[in-house]
Amino acid sequence: MSLAFASDFLAVLPAWVLAHAAALLVVTPLLSGPIALVLSRGRLAWGWSVGISIITFALALVLLAQVQAHGSIMYAFGNWAPPLGIAYNVDALNMLVLLIVAGMGALSLIYGLPSVQKEIAPKDQAPFFAAYMLCLAGLMGVAITGDAFNVFVFLEISSISTYILVAMGGGKDRRALTASFNYLILGTIGATFFVIGIGLVYMATGTLNMADIATQLHGRGDDRVVRAAFAFIIIGLGLKTAMFPLHTWLPGAYAYSPTVVGTFLASTATKVAFYAMVRFIFGVFSAGEPFDGALLELVLAPMAIAAMIICSVQALYQTDIRKLLAYSSVAQLGYMLLGLSIGTAAGLSAGLLHMFNHALMKGALFMAVGIFALTYGVRKVQDMAGLGKTMPITAAAFTVSGLSLIGMPLFAGFWGKYFLIMAALERGWWWAIVALLISSVLAIFYVGRMMEMMYLRPPPKGRRLKKTGMAEAPLLALIPLLIVALGNVWFFFDTSLPKGLADTAAQMLLGGGAP
Amino acid sequence: MESGISFWQYLAGHFNYIVVIILMMTGLYIVIATGNMVKKLVGLGVFQTAVFQLYITMGKVAGGQPPILESAHESAPPEASAAAVEHGASQAVEQASAAMANAAPHTEIVAQASVSIAQNMDDVLVNGVLYSNPLPHVLILTAIVVGVATLAVGLALVVRIREAYGTIEEDELQEAHYQQAKGAST
Repeated sequence: MSLAFASDFLAVLPAWVLAHAAALLVVTPLLSGPIALVLSRGRLAWGWSVGISIITFALALVLLAQVQAHGSIMYAFGNWAPPLGIAYNVDALNMLVLLIVAGMGALSLIYGLPSVQKEIAPKDQAPFFAAYMLCLAGLMGVAITGDAFNVFVFLEISSISTYILVAMGGGKDRRALTASFNYLILGTIGATFFVIGIGLVYMATGTLNMADIATQLHGRGDDRVVRAAFAFIIIGLGLKTAMFPLHTWLPGAYAYSPTVVGTFLASTATKVAFYAMVRFIFGVFSAGEPFDGALLELVLAPMAIAAMIICSVQALYQTDIRKLLAYSSVAQLGYMLLGLSIGTAAGLSAGLLHMFNHALMKGALFMAVGIFALTYGVRKVQDMAGLGKTMPITAAAFTVSGLSLIGMPLFAGFWGKYFLIMAALERGWWWAIVALLISSVLAIFYVGRMMEMMYLRPPPKGRRLKKTGMAEAPLLALIPLLIVALGNVWFFFDTSLPKGLADTAAQMLLGGGAP
Repeated sequence: MESGISFWQYLAGHFNYIVVIILMMTGLYIVIATGNMVKKLVGLGVFQTAVFQLYITMGKVAGGQPPILESAHESAPPEASAAAVEHGASQAVEQASAAMANAAPHTEIVAQASVSIAQNMDDVLVNGVLYSNPLPHVLILTAIVVGVATLAVGLALVVRIREAYGTIEEDELQEAHYQQAKGAST
């Protein structure tokens, strides 16, 4: 987005929107949740939620224009100056996350009406959308706030509504209930670890403002309380991010939740937690402190590698498509963590870029799988036979995003991997590059298996419909899918938006890019 | 451990933290060890309670009054007695012990301060009165609400799971999942 356009865009809006955009971004979906509940009829609540989520996305664009025009924004609530008051900070780093959450939040909601009507009982539809809006607000809040305790509160707002959303899949498949319960237990342990860490930080510094904590902690890397706090926070956020050995809640939660929820979670929830981890490692506990370097190289990097390989192998063996994609998500989170653990500005920027692209590809894949399930009840890989003939448009979108997932040139996923390899080369981490290539080969196999089913196998009898032999999904579901799938192509040719934000963020956090 | 403080004094000074650690580990152990979902939630509750205690402990300033502002002439100066509850953030000791020794001259154990940043007396005292730190208490009120909400959702899920499976034991649920998967494939 050019600066000229950005300033035109800003000039049209009333001043109060510009001044309070940061607060409105969270408050709008938060307040709209209860109203969606009162609307009580599924379709009405859906319309309301879609409207609000589009407004939210527009607000995110307003913030983007402001950030691009002025650099970072600080919004102090009630005009209480930050160390005492609560402040929202918007900079390149969380702008990237806010765009993902607002964009995918709106698109998967628009996409969702047919599948919600099919999967969820009519009386549960309004509460479903209410929980969805709360989850959206919570994720936004985690990304935007500059107050450490606020992160915990918003993390729990989003998590508790996520447990509900996942459990709503229980009408379709009862395993959603146990998946949700596991997620609840592990998610709460994670959040509690996180809050212990925040408490210890508060003991050590006497402040909760992230920027203030960062200045107070400067040069105190040897302090035992600070170290304990750091460990608690990383483990807590690691659980929420589904960092490799802590990922066991994720496959079930993604696979058995309602289609919309799977799509929304796969493209946003872990990204937000990953953002929080980046923020705490580099923005709060300043990088360059002695223990960070060892942590990144000796703990996070091996875990990232293990996720990339082990979970890709696990993905190979899945028969359920959504479970396959969920394991692939854990593997892809490994890529992002690898970028983070490289610890240079180039590595971090690659990780963030991959985060953005991964949201696009997994969003589109889950949407396409949802459409397959909606039309033919396809859940397993073997059921995908012949979908390339019977549902050519959806299958094409699936293919595009699948190729993006592998990291083929011409698709957005390529850049994340390319820059990761470059950053790893710079550090001389040849083993990371080897692992990345192995993981990519595994991705070719598990994506290839689905494509082979779609294009090379004949459709089973009874699936050839009428004259055309095609059965595409409702237009309402198809359009968001195509937008996201096109995004996978668009962001290969024009990386200026995500790459620009990721580079600025990495420079800001690591100051100049020295390791 | 500070030199000049005996083991028992150290123990007494850190009593709350020891309780926190025991509660925390007990809770976590219950969550991991039991297969019963309600017991898991109980364990989670114990675990969270430990954190509440941690926060409340860190907010307590030895000899400090409840943080309710009164006008200056009504409020009595703090009666620091040996009976005052002693809590210590071991890390804070070095920085704040000097200030606290003045505030609580009759207290033998110095490891009491939770006002953890090195501040002079003017920052610690409000109108000449020593107050406990209200902020952690407020924070933990929020966390308690979050804990209640989580527990409610968790119990609701347990009810639904029992309706769907007829059991809330994890091993039996896994058996049911296995049977379901086997049934689906044949």
